[in-house]
Amino acid sequence: MNQAEQTNITWLFEITPKNKFFSLNLKEVWQYRDLLVLFVKRDVVTVYKQTVLGPLWYLIQPLFTSITFTIIFNNLAGIDTGTVPPFLFNLAGITVWNYFTACLNGTSNTFGANAGIFGKVYFPRIIVPISIVISNLIKFGIQFLIFIAFYIFYYLKGATVGLNGSVVFFPFLIVLMGVLGLGLGMFISSLVTKYRDFSNLIGFGVQLLMYLSAVMYPMVLIKEKLPSYGWLVQYNPLAYIIETTRYMLLEVGQISIWGLGYTFLVTVIVFFVGVLIFNKTEKNFIDTV
Amino acid sequence: MKKDIILKAENISKQYRLGQVGTGTLSHDFNRWWHQIRGKENPYLKIGDANDRSTKGESDYVWALQDINFEVERGEILGIIGKNGAGKSTLLKILSRVTAPTTGSIKFGGRVASLLEVGTGFNGEMTGRENIYLNGAILGMTKKEITSKIDEIIDFSGCERYIDTPVKRYSSGMYVRLAFAVAAFLEPDILIVDEVLAVGDAEFQKKAIGKMQAISRTGGRTVLFVSHNMAAVKSLCTRGILLENGKIKDINNINTIISNYLLLNADSSAEWKRETETDSQLFFDRIYVSNSNSKITNQIASGEDFTINIFLNALNSISNSTVSIKFVNAEGIAVFTTSLHDYDNDFEVVEKGKYKLITNISKNILTPGSYNLVIACFVSRIKLFDIVEDKISINIEDLGIKKRDLDREGFVVPNYKWDFLKLE
Repeated sequence: MNQAEQTNITWLFEITPKNKFFSLNLKEVWQYRDLLVLFVKRDVVTVYKQTVLGPLWYLIQPLFTSITFTIIFNNLAGIDTGTVPPFLFNLAGITVWNYFTACLNGTSNTFGANAGIFGKVYFPRIIVPISIVISNLIKFGIQFLIFIAFYIFYYLKGATVGLNGSVVFFPFLIVLMGVLGLGLGMFISSLVTKYRDFSNLIGFGVQLLMYLSAVMYPMVLIKEKLPSYGWLVQYNPLAYIIETTRYMLLEVGQISIWGLGYTFLVTVIVFFVGVLIFNKTEKNFIDTV
Repeated sequence: MKKDIILKAENISKQYRLGQVGTGTLSHDFNRWWHQIRGKENPYLKIGDANDRSTKGESDYVWALQDINFEVERGEILGIIGKNGAGKSTLLKILSRVTAPTTGSIKFGGRVASLLEVGTGFNGEMTGRENIYLNGAILGMTKKEITSKIDEIIDFSGCERYIDTPVKRYSSGMYVRLAFAVAAFLEPDILIVDEVLAVGDAEFQKKAIGKMQAISRTGGRTVLFVSHNMAAVKSLCTRGILLENGKIKDINNINTIISNYLLLNADSSAEWKRETETDSQLFFDRIYVSNSNSKITNQIASGEDFTINIFLNALNSISNSTVSIKFVNAEGIAVFTTSLHDYDNDFEVVEKGKYKLITNISKNILTPGSYNLVIACFVSRIKLFDIVEDKISINIEDLGIKKRDLDREGFVVPNYKWDFLKLE
């Protein structure tokens, strides 16, 4: 074949040993949008196939966790939640926290759980973690409904609960939480492909992290009672998201612009690093998984 | 004539690390990273053995593929064959973007879909219909495309009755049929197919091969096909690539490739001598093939007689034993078997001693191609004394006699005289 002929060919794409340094591949993700939708549908629908209670299972878990937390942390340990009913206080924190852990746990296992599919066919790998974040958003939506129901219930009972005006920004907060879980999950999923140590770490790490994320106590409390450990919570971006959630929905606690800015920055960095490592891993992970 | 190249692979290599992932890996990773940030080449790329499964290598790194270069034209069905571990699957994985090559690049001039397995991503809890959508989307179809073809897909699969039942209730055959039906309606420019045809019943295999031929012929689509089933490769492919130990041994038309593959298969040659001891009472010492000039060779012209010479050794007197030679063609099909008893030989008792058996195979019997010889001595249905398999092969070369129709079908080419009478 001579040179003149070669120039006539327009190549659609090329496979090379390495990916670009940073690429979200949005064009390709868009081509596969139907797959994304189907993955989300699969994740949401198959969970309650062949169960009697069906989607009710989504509600049972946060409800019982909140009840347990209320009994142990509020009734037994005596954590003060101010004028807000402790149950509602816990439910708000747990619902948002659950969204984060579901995203993190789901995405951090991307390569492991899908090795079978990934080993046989190509599609933009990032579709899977994105679909997990979206399907969990739907689950979060369902769980949030129960929160609203109890909110109204307590309101009618005359408890002093009130929305803060900043609640209009609540969706942004959830997006932030999702992106943080996605970024961290992609980061960990990439490491797990080669070094399984990380999957052990994530198991109990997430549980410990909950105690540092102000899920069952207001942020002020830890600064008051444990000033020497308070910085652990203060540098945890998740704590700000949960604290702000309660501020927006229940007008309890405080909002910190510095804290939110810090959280935003950390989220962007984590997401960036996550995508970077994910990109690097997706090309060859099948050889090491 | 200008070639319409749709896929071009340049210098693809793939290196694998052997052994387990452990602490040693971390130090290699670190070393690699340290070289990378100083702008130096990956130190582990310089080493690595050729991919030969059976020998013990020097290094922990192995080249599963090395310097692979080829081009595929639009509309071509390319077969990729080779022994186990020759690098076929690795090449397919790279072509279908499952894993990246260590070096080199592949350029595509069209949409690619790969079928390394049927039913990838099938979810047992979901119904047949839901799975068609899911699997189709995984293979790269859009929802619209699938919707427009769903009736055809269901019809092709023959699972209409069960289509709204979860696939975990399907029989394995139905599962495969449904899965293949989805794949069959893929419309990529390039289709990459692994040995997925090995599943399903004979009728379905035939249907699948027919569908794939139709894809290429009418749709002008390109198919890359990997299989151990030489009959399927031969009926489907036009050109082939033969891989050996991670390198391209030959790229040629499919008949030549299959012949070469057979010669490669086992270290067969024109002559075999016993090297290891046997405790059998009756065994072969030496076997060789010679042509009409009594020269030891396995390259036989299609128009010449050839001889198979067998040296037999009996340690005891053995009754009712016989010797047979089976000719197995490139597709693994036994074309015929000839036996010592066929031609009025009274071989009732073999006395202790050494013998030579000479079989003359007349010309114009075997079609050009490669044949493996299986030579055995046994007492029918009672005892197998000795068998020599994959050691001796012959290659019948076409020397112009049947050249006008090289692709003639059938196992034998007897030379019959035809009367050609003009009536009007």
